[in-house]
Amino acid sequence: MKDFLQIIFTTQFGYSVLRVTTPILFAALAALVSDRAGVINIALEGIMLITALTGVLFSTWFHSAWLGLFMAVLMGTLMGMLLGYFHLKLKTNVILAAVALNLLASGGTIFVLYLIAGDKGISSSLASKVLPKITIPLLDKIPVLGPIFSGHNVLTYFALLSVFLMHYFIYKTPLGMRIRAVGESPEAADSVGIGVKKTQFIALSLSGMIAAFGGAYMSMGYVSWFSRDMTAGRGFIALAAEAMGGATPIGSFFTSLLFGFFDALSNSLQLLRVPSEFVQMIPYVATVVGLVLYTATKRKQYQRMLLKIGRQMEPKE
Amino acid sequence: MKNKKLAFESLRTVLAVAISLVIALVTILLVSDVPGVALKAFLFGPLDSMRHFGNVLEMMIPLIFTGLAVGIMFQADQFNLGAEGAFFMGAVVSSFVAILWPMPAFIHPVVTILMGGLTGAVFCGIPALLKVKWGASELVSSLMFNYIAFFFGLYLINYFLRDPNAGAMVSFLLPATAKLPVIIPKTRVHFGLIIALLAVAAMYFFNYRTRWGYKNRLTGFNSLFAEYAGIKTAAVVISAQLIGGFIAGAGGSIELLGLYRRFSWTAQLPGYGWSGVIVAILARRNPAYIPLAAFFLAYLRIGADLMSRQSDVQNEIVAIIQAVMIILIAAAGFLEKAQYKMVFRDATKNLPKADNTAQEVEG
Amino acid sequence: MHDAALLTMEKITKVYPNGIVANNEVDFSIRKGEIHALVGENGAGKSTLMRILFGLEESQKGRILLNGEEIKNDSPHIAIANGIGMVHQHFMLVPSLTVAENMILGVEPKKGLRIDLQKAINETRALAEKYNLSVDPLAKVQFLSVGIKQKVEILKALYRGAEILILDEPTAVLTPQETKELFLELKLLKDQGNTIIFISHKLHEVKELCDRITIMRNGQTKGTFNTSDVTPTDISRLMVGRDVILEVEKDPAVPKEIVLSVKDLVMANNLGQKAVKGISFQVRKGEILGIAGVEGNGQRELVEGITGLSRISHGEVSIRGEVVNKKSIKEIRKLGTCHIPEDRMTYGVASEMTIEQNVLADKFDSKEFTGKILTKPKAIRNLSQKLVEEYKIKCSSPLQEVGMLSGGNIQKVVVAREFSSKPLLIIADQPTRGIDVGSTEFIRNRLVELRDEDSAVMLVSADLNEVLELSDSLIVMYEGEITAYFADASKVDEEELGLYMLGIKHQTPEEIGGVVYEK
Repeated sequence: MKDFLQIIFTTQFGYSVLRVTTPILFAALAALVSDRAGVINIALEGIMLITALTGVLFSTWFHSAWLGLFMAVLMGTLMGMLLGYFHLKLKTNVILAAVALNLLASGGTIFVLYLIAGDKGISSSLASKVLPKITIPLLDKIPVLGPIFSGHNVLTYFALLSVFLMHYFIYKTPLGMRIRAVGESPEAADSVGIGVKKTQFIALSLSGMIAAFGGAYMSMGYVSWFSRDMTAGRGFIALAAEAMGGATPIGSFFTSLLFGFFDALSNSLQLLRVPSEFVQMIPYVATVVGLVLYTATKRKQYQRMLLKIGRQMEPKE
Repeated sequence: MKNKKLAFESLRTVLAVAISLVIALVTILLVSDVPGVALKAFLFGPLDSMRHFGNVLEMMIPLIFTGLAVGIMFQADQFNLGAEGAFFMGAVVSSFVAILWPMPAFIHPVVTILMGGLTGAVFCGIPALLKVKWGASELVSSLMFNYIAFFFGLYLINYFLRDPNAGAMVSFLLPATAKLPVIIPKTRVHFGLIIALLAVAAMYFFNYRTRWGYKNRLTGFNSLFAEYAGIKTAAVVISAQLIGGFIAGAGGSIELLGLYRRFSWTAQLPGYGWSGVIVAILARRNPAYIPLAAFFLAYLRIGADLMSRQSDVQNEIVAIIQAVMIILIAAAGFLEKAQYKMVFRDATKNLPKADNTAQEVEG
Repeated sequence: MHDAALLTMEKITKVYPNGIVANNEVDFSIRKGEIHALVGENGAGKSTLMRILFGLEESQKGRILLNGEEIKNDSPHIAIANGIGMVHQHFMLVPSLTVAENMILGVEPKKGLRIDLQKAINETRALAEKYNLSVDPLAKVQFLSVGIKQKVEILKALYRGAEILILDEPTAVLTPQETKELFLELKLLKDQGNTIIFISHKLHEVKELCDRITIMRNGQTKGTFNTSDVTPTDISRLMVGRDVILEVEKDPAVPKEIVLSVKDLVMANNLGQKAVKGISFQVRKGEILGIAGVEGNGQRELVEGITGLSRISHGEVSIRGEVVNKKSIKEIRKLGTCHIPEDRMTYGVASEMTIEQNVLADKFDSKEFTGKILTKPKAIRNLSQKLVEEYKIKCSSPLQEVGMLSGGNIQKVVVAREFSSKPLLIIADQPTRGIDVGSTEFIRNRLVELRDEDSAVMLVSADLNEVLELSDSLIVMYEGEITAYFADASKVDEEELGLYMLGIKHQTPEEIGGVVYEK
């Protein structure tokens, strides 16, 4: 136990938690946008994989990490739009369409990787670029906080910022409000002239766009290459994180952090004789538990609310 | 009239497959320096030798099992994607039974496979229970269970069955008593194929010739109607996932005992569960078509494998084909407009005569 | 004085994809500054007509003229732009948003990138004051009472510049006090120059509030009058009258023992309110008891309680002497009950399955059709062929998908299934709604035949023809209670029946108690 605590309470651990949370956070925010609009996007896994590769390929080609990022984001948006097209226009079941996209990503990225880098496992033959790390002046001199919060990849800071941006977007902008309306009450939205399908399409495109940041981070920040299936289920964990976070940006931040914690832990725990597999299992088990608790309580709340409304309608004596 | 609908559906499936193949062909032409060689290998490679054709048949076996598993769950309208985890855990538990529990040659595989099936049933059954009891999405929980299965299974293998003398992270050798014999000489096609075909027959009968299959289909098509008719849909839905899990688990077990000498899926999940989704969709919920769909998919896979070995096009091209197929086949909007026009024409033919006795009263 | 029509709808025709004709060449017009009532029973087509006006649905034929010029309301957006606003029966508000946010949804005032929430709040307050509709702009909609939600809906329409306001059954969800308030507000709106279309089937309210009234029945208009010129009886006659009297030949009933006994039954709807308020009645072998009434007066909940689809709140239901309050649907069916559901597409069939598979649904586990493991396809095929023939189901074969059949034939599939289980108690809920004359006649004759074979039939129907011609005896439901009992349906005057159906008349408890034959 002492060893366990010794590992957690180090600044390196704190640093690695933030590092590891970044892709999950992006994906969770991506899940949030589409979820709020009433469309579940389980293709985040595939989109992150595709955008991770895109980032590597274009950063190599343009000799610029930023352009690589730009192309990745573009690609992610495109993927989101594709999903929207198939689900909203061709009426493909959104889950099956996402499964298809994930499969396409899994195999397609390796196909393209081989084509361009000549290797099926990793892109190390490519001189891909990496996004810069930033040392925050003043902050980095503060003990404890400095080593934990300073020196992260620029996208990590952007992820943290995105939480607030998303909060602002969802709760303070017209489009954000429309997305919420469409997701909660499509009839209400329709009745005031808001195009439900159009809004959902926009939400899915945004979802893809945000997920792309997570994907780009994986291959241009977390590590500096693309390797097969490197997202390792983060797209799915993010779904759970978003659900457990009550579909709110701040909530999702904390739950993503929780999963990041376990992810970072698994690396460190290898040193203590706890089987790494168990530690790696924890996020998934936690997800299931959290999901059940969350849905069960929501159900009860809903029923209680219905009864409350009914009681209000009783004529007053 | 019934035939019109069937025609629509079949047309859509065929069209989807055709479009995806065309896309693949175009990709090959664009990407390859030796398109002729690549195409030849892809399309005809599996037929050029007994060994290659045998590969197709071998690959068909696990696809049949996961296809059946996903099929029955989809039939009950449950989006449980846990066949992958069930398959894996089935194989894990089977490794234990095979290695640690000696038995005479005939009984060993039987018991092993049964244990594998039961394990799979548990893994798919838990998400089912969570959905019925607490409303938790079986989609998310089954996806999570795939990972839980992977890590838990890995733990079991690595800590209890790992062979320290082998070079890689694999289990001990599987004893001969547990393995399934090869049934086609000069290939590796094993007895599992027979079991798979028997399973198809069993599922076919289950689906269309038993009252449980009937309940399952009715619940899947309209669960409100099923309830109204007196069926306890909660039980039906859970059973479907238990059975599906069992089949997937047994499939994993059979794959292990038929093709492998050790348990070696320690790097990642083997992916048969996802392919099972495609097989199920291609077969349009009818167990009888599953072997055909599985064969088709296996043929594509092996063809792609051969193509990647004999030319410069990688076998992952199959992923592209699969993705396009799923999306198009599941696209309900495809021929919808034509259907609606038909109905509207029929309805307006018989409009009653309007006799509006509207009397505007001057005020 | 001759007011030119403000808005006219001409020859509106609307057919739904399942073949139902909702509006059949309807003409409707309103004058500026009036409160105009649109009345009719459920299914008369009034909601559909208004939904077309508001752009929520498309008509296949007809046009709309506003101030003499043709307009096309292809979407609510355009209708709103044309000055038409609608307050729906089921509120179109987003629960987690505040009143002010709901007000501005879709037309959000902006300050840079964000919503100018302060402006929204101010404008909401101003509007509320102007029209005397007191609401708190900052309150979250999900926590508001129904009366206030309705005010928000009205304000919402006014905010978007509605001059014509459509209110769809607004008082259905209000307390008497809230209804009074609403009427005051509406009169104020009228004074300020707005025009109001008031959809309702509550005639006393219509009389109190509205200037003119248009009556609809069966997808057609039946007349437009000044409310001062017509009595509720006149209105009721046009609303609930029969167009053609379809006679059913039947011998007088010979009722025997009691099969269904309902005692002090209370049923809740899903908002926890009392939909059925403690009613008692009995149905006997060899008779058809009709339950007349406008839909929405508790009939659905009553049927669900008896058939086991919903939990019984209070009271007792017994079938053949056995109390069925806690029994499962299957157990109730095993007692010899069959149920023709009101919503056949949702509850009555699986439209993607074949006729054969559908008629099997309540008997698939009987020894006749299944062995220990395998089913008996020959027996099943015989059943389906026999039923297709017997019930004259128009199809290419018993293997045709039910969804491909016409409405009447789909209902015949339902009826074939239910009746073929040799039922002792038949619960028929709107059995011939929305189907062709031929199928209707067939089903009604079958019901009489079964009655003669000693089944007990409980017939719920909003169709006056049906309920008067088919029933032996009759009760009327209004707002969850029985308001009348007639021992001999053939002697009931349909105008009088209409009055009971609309709550204008109410029998004494002694008279109603006649439907309980044995205590």
